[in-house]
Amino acid sequence: MAHTEWKDAPGLPDFSLLKRLARDQLIFLLEQQHEVDKLYKVELKPIVSSSDQLCFLIRPRIQTVKWISDLVNADKVAGRFRRYKIIFTPQKFYACETVLEEQGVYGDVTTDEWNFYILPLDDDILSLELPEFFRDNFLEGDQRWVTTAGSALRLLQSVYGSFSKVYGIGRCAKMVYESWRELMEDGEQRTRQPEFAKVFLVDRDVDFVTPLCSQVVYEGLVDDLFRIKCGSVEFGPDVTSSDKSIKVMLNSQDKVFSEIRNEHFSNVFGFLSQKAKNLQTAYDKRRGMDIQQMKAFVADELKGLKQEHRLLSLHIGASESMMKKKTKQDFQELLKTEHSLLEGFEIRECITYIEEHINRQVSMIDSLRLLCLLSITENGLLSKDYRSLKAQYLQSYGIEHLLTFANLRQLGLLEEQQAGETLTVMESKVGKLVNDKTVGKLTDAFSSLAKKSNFRALSKRLALVPKSGEEYDLRVPRDMAYVFSGAYIPLSCKLIEQVLERDGWTGMEEVTRMLNGQEFAVTARSKTDAQRIVLVMFLGGCTFSEISALRFLGKERGTYYVKQME
Amino acid sequence: MWPTKDKTELLGPLRKIELYEMGWNLKDGLRECLVAAAPYGGPIALLKGHYRRSPSARPQLEIYSSSGLPLASFPWKSGVVKQLGWTVSDDLLCVQEDGTVLVYDLWGGFKRHFSMGNEVSQSQVLETKIFHSPYGTGVAILTGALRFTLATNIDDIKLRRLPEVPGLQEAPSCWAVLTQDRQSKVLVANGSQLFILDNTACTPVTPPGLSPQASSIVHMCVSFSYKYLALLTDSGHVWMGTSNLKEKLSEVDTKIKTPPKQMAWCRRPKSQQPSAVVMWDGLLIVVGECKETIQYHLDDDSVLVPELDGVRIISGTHHELLQEVPGACEEIFKIASMAPGALLLEAHKEYEAASFGKCFLSNFPPEQFVSMCRDLRVLNAVRDYTVGIPLTHTQFKQMTVQVLIDRLVYRKLYPLAIEVCRYLKTPEYQGVSRVLKHWACYKVQQKEESDEVIAKAVSVKLADAAGISYSEIATKAYESGRTELAIKLLEFEPRSGEQVPLLLKMKKSPLALSKAIESGDTDLVYTVVMYLKNELNRGDFFMMLRNQPVALSLYKQFCKHQEQDTLKDLFNQDDDHEELGNFYVKASYKDQRLEARVALLQSAVDEYYKAKNDFSAKTTEDEMRLLRFQRKLEEEKDEQLVGFSLQDTMTTLLSVGLHKHAEQLYKDFRVPDKRFWWLKLKALAEKEDWEELEKFGKTKKSPIGYLPFVEVCIKHHNKYEAKKYVSKVTPEQKVKAHLAVGDMEGAAEAAIERRNESEISTVLSRCSATTDHLLMERLNRAKATAVKK
Repeated sequence: MAHTEWKDAPGLPDFSLLKRLARDQLIFLLEQQHEVDKLYKVELKPIVSSSDQLCFLIRPRIQTVKWISDLVNADKVAGRFRRYKIIFTPQKFYACETVLEEQGVYGDVTTDEWNFYILPLDDDILSLELPEFFRDNFLEGDQRWVTTAGSALRLLQSVYGSFSKVYGIGRCAKMVYESWRELMEDGEQRTRQPEFAKVFLVDRDVDFVTPLCSQVVYEGLVDDLFRIKCGSVEFGPDVTSSDKSIKVMLNSQDKVFSEIRNEHFSNVFGFLSQKAKNLQTAYDKRRGMDIQQMKAFVADELKGLKQEHRLLSLHIGASESMMKKKTKQDFQELLKTEHSLLEGFEIRECITYIEEHINRQVSMIDSLRLLCLLSITENGLLSKDYRSLKAQYLQSYGIEHLLTFANLRQLGLLEEQQAGETLTVMESKVGKLVNDKTVGKLTDAFSSLAKKSNFRALSKRLALVPKSGEEYDLRVPRDMAYVFSGAYIPLSCKLIEQVLERDGWTGMEEVTRMLNGQEFAVTARSKTDAQRIVLVMFLGGCTFSEISALRFLGKERGTYYVKQME
Repeated sequence: MWPTKDKTELLGPLRKIELYEMGWNLKDGLRECLVAAAPYGGPIALLKGHYRRSPSARPQLEIYSSSGLPLASFPWKSGVVKQLGWTVSDDLLCVQEDGTVLVYDLWGGFKRHFSMGNEVSQSQVLETKIFHSPYGTGVAILTGALRFTLATNIDDIKLRRLPEVPGLQEAPSCWAVLTQDRQSKVLVANGSQLFILDNTACTPVTPPGLSPQASSIVHMCVSFSYKYLALLTDSGHVWMGTSNLKEKLSEVDTKIKTPPKQMAWCRRPKSQQPSAVVMWDGLLIVVGECKETIQYHLDDDSVLVPELDGVRIISGTHHELLQEVPGACEEIFKIASMAPGALLLEAHKEYEAASFGKCFLSNFPPEQFVSMCRDLRVLNAVRDYTVGIPLTHTQFKQMTVQVLIDRLVYRKLYPLAIEVCRYLKTPEYQGVSRVLKHWACYKVQQKEESDEVIAKAVSVKLADAAGISYSEIATKAYESGRTELAIKLLEFEPRSGEQVPLLLKMKKSPLALSKAIESGDTDLVYTVVMYLKNELNRGDFFMMLRNQPVALSLYKQFCKHQEQDTLKDLFNQDDDHEELGNFYVKASYKDQRLEARVALLQSAVDEYYKAKNDFSAKTTEDEMRLLRFQRKLEEEKDEQLVGFSLQDTMTTLLSVGLHKHAEQLYKDFRVPDKRFWWLKLKALAEKEDWEELEKFGKTKKSPIGYLPFVEVCIKHHNKYEAKKYVSKVTPEQKVKAHLAVGDMEGAAEAAIERRNESEISTVLSRCSATTDHLLMERLNRAKATAVKK
């Protein structure tokens, strides 16, 4: 994120330090097991290897430990003797050891820990790479990763300096803060380092709406279509226009990507073709060069141009593939439905659309996404709709999704409204008198009477949905809404913006009440406000749209946002 | 100020300072006593009447401070003691004849005992030496079998039996323990022969330049730092050299040929002059570099205690320190000295101000002066008669403040320890807090006070001290049998995680569980849960979990992977029929056999009904019907179907032409019309069965309209078929339909007819200026009128 507007903006800390730290630790751990024969992915599969030492580097998951136990037991049955070492990262859990014990292999394996917390994915993105964080914490109520997140914060603080201010919202955020504070108190007091950043901790369940929306900025689309994993993506043959897939690192090192990643998709093609023209011009410079100039050209520029050329053709390929999928009518209608839901407009039509979506088996995930979005924006589905949509979904995709629905309900993502009895009675009476469509409208009216939808109120209060009808120039975004085609400002990012602006939660009491409270703001000892780095930690993951929105905010305010996600 | 000049006696290069007049009242002095005094001004232990071996009179063990104040006294009831000695942490070691070592604290409280091994207990202890090294306190034993056994650190006992000494027929004339090359070794003299014993070998050695007239080495001693060795021969010569036996420093003839009682080095660190002290009955001889010796008469039976920078001499009445005169003192007190120190002393005498001269030194950093004054003040405080720790400044610096504080704590001098910490500004964590913790640990063992009183006292005293671990104090309380007090104290522990292990140990599992949950540390909760699982019977275990939802949900996580059946039992206990239903549904997907699956689903249905979840129950019942239907059809038509969703089943049936069966499903399962129409439309188009599609389109009015018909035909590139449905499309979708089949005129017609501006625009945007010129004009006109309206 280059920004020239603010000359006194601070430089970002050098995250390569973290990388080096992690690598050195790993090498230290593995040193005891030199001469690695082969690397395997841990799965339930016999390991064909003549090596008499196996070393497993795993997350502390019960399932994985069970697989390893099975491998060990299989070796035992076959009369093979091997030495086994399990390295748990970021930490060992007691439950894992219990599994080893119960599987009768506790004495056969040695265990170790590798306190690896943070993976720097880019200049401004750090990740804990814990995809299970969301499920464990929000669905299963297992807070095992809280201390991990706390330790990660401590690590950052010990490497880069202390935090001047900590804001947060959500139960998990609070716990992470507490855990981090305890760690800091326990540890020896270091000599005071300069302050490095403000921190904002936010639970994913504070804002479920944003991740449920289809992404339309370039990086978000790449993620939706091709899945970005650990900062890299695998482009299939349809993108590379060869028979091979190519794995590409996506970060600010990629000059082409770094310019389009935050752009709304509709601008990307124009940009790419301009870039292609520029490239051609650069190539064309060769003509009319004398030998000396040519030599300089080959030495200095050609390599860069070639590299850029390669990347450009990849991104053009990716955009074409996106175009194919996303400019189709289906996608337009999907977006339209999402926008209607966000606005709370023509809900009946939306439900009909979702129904058709399910019936036609357009996409298993998209259907669920729409259902959840409907439920959250409407504060739950009416019983009648809930049952009918659920039944249809089960018919389409099988009854095992009963469990999916149970989980979604548990998370509060997809709920059935518990409408007041009187209303239900009235509704059924009225229903007999008028035709279907009217009933729908009436029900909508009743439900809005029965329970005020928090999202609606929040949206109104924070002005998340700009007034429709106004033209929105996506090329010159005026606010963060551009990441959703100007239809919606991500709630999470809006909260961050507001809190930082107010330097706390004062004046936002009503908002926090609607978000179930649990907000906090803590000032560190000193009152210096010089640094402008803000570390936003999403507990339970974040979307690329949110990252783009925060980058936009950073550019506007001359602030660096470093995002951290699970 | 100590040393007081009148109690100081100069003995050549040495001075003798009286430290204390002993506070004890010993009838027979130190005669017939086994004595052990700890270095660094440590405590003194006496075993009285030790040599009188009569069974009727038990010896008395007494412990005193360095100033002779009694700390403990009790009759010795155990076996015959061969040797007493002190550990680095002020514990008393009593080595018995059978090789058992008993450990007491300095208040005479028994702590523990350990054995020096079978071999020692069989052949009995002949002689023993207790020594200190960087690894702690060690014990070396010479057994009746004339073999050495050694333990370098009594807190981590690893017994080592040293190799045999060749030609050793009887007890060696003398021996000593050395620490060299990070190893403890024994130096043995057998007559005139000298050997070094280490772990593996017995090596004969010769001290360089030892006078030849000696036929036997009768005594030896090693310096405090293990660097120097002194040997006394039967000819009365003292040989002094380095302990690696590479260098001789001097040799002096004492002219006394009787074996001495004790010999010790008396040397300050970095001093150039070697000097050793040899003691006989009533006589003390100091030998040094020159041939001359200094003789000194002792009135009483005495004991030498080697120190880092001198030797202490303890007698029945007095306690003295013999040390080389420090360079600084020499400069000050030398006759007619003009050294700065001497001048300063003169000035002090004149003006009675110690820091007076300091004012004239502008460039001198004051820190050194200040810290030295502090040190001296602390030293004076601990040297006080009532405390009785006569430390020199050199010793104090070597032992460090931390250790001094420990020593004060061992002596239960808590207020003094705290004062010292505060005065020396020791960081709270290592200083005051540590002392308070020790105090509290001692306090909780006081049986006469009630739990409430102690808990209150502890909490009041420790309130604002940083870094106090209440759990450690509570553990102490528990160990002294005061569970209730321990629980009370744990209440003060701010980190709930710290409370858990002790609570478990005290079998307070419900409390442990809630504390673990409070701590927010999942791992800790798991630890408690797993502990409880093994400790309690199943029923109680479940009951306990039931009251702790967090623990329950964690345990469920574990069971999901590890113990499916337990999971079921848990749901059963809670009457959680909904979850039980889900459980059975999940299980049914893991089973391959159809009968088993149906049976599991039936269980799920029962549970869902119990949970009053009719929806899930009905759906599950449907699934059972579907499975049976799929199986039947699989058998009849040989088409893979089992496990498909309803939709996928119908799709498959339609694609292989089993329309009847698909229809049956459509009716049986109340599939919405729309869904079925979409399905059939797609299936027929995929097979390009246009005839059937047309028939289907005519069966009744399409619930999904006819636009999908048009679109699906176009998708399969059949414009001809597509056109057939255009006319059936609702007016709202007409334009779209025409456009889909590429009929611009039709589209234009429809749009104009509907006078819909946006539709007209859509058509316009699709027109090309070259071919549809006329059409565009018409449209533009229509648009104009539409806008007007």
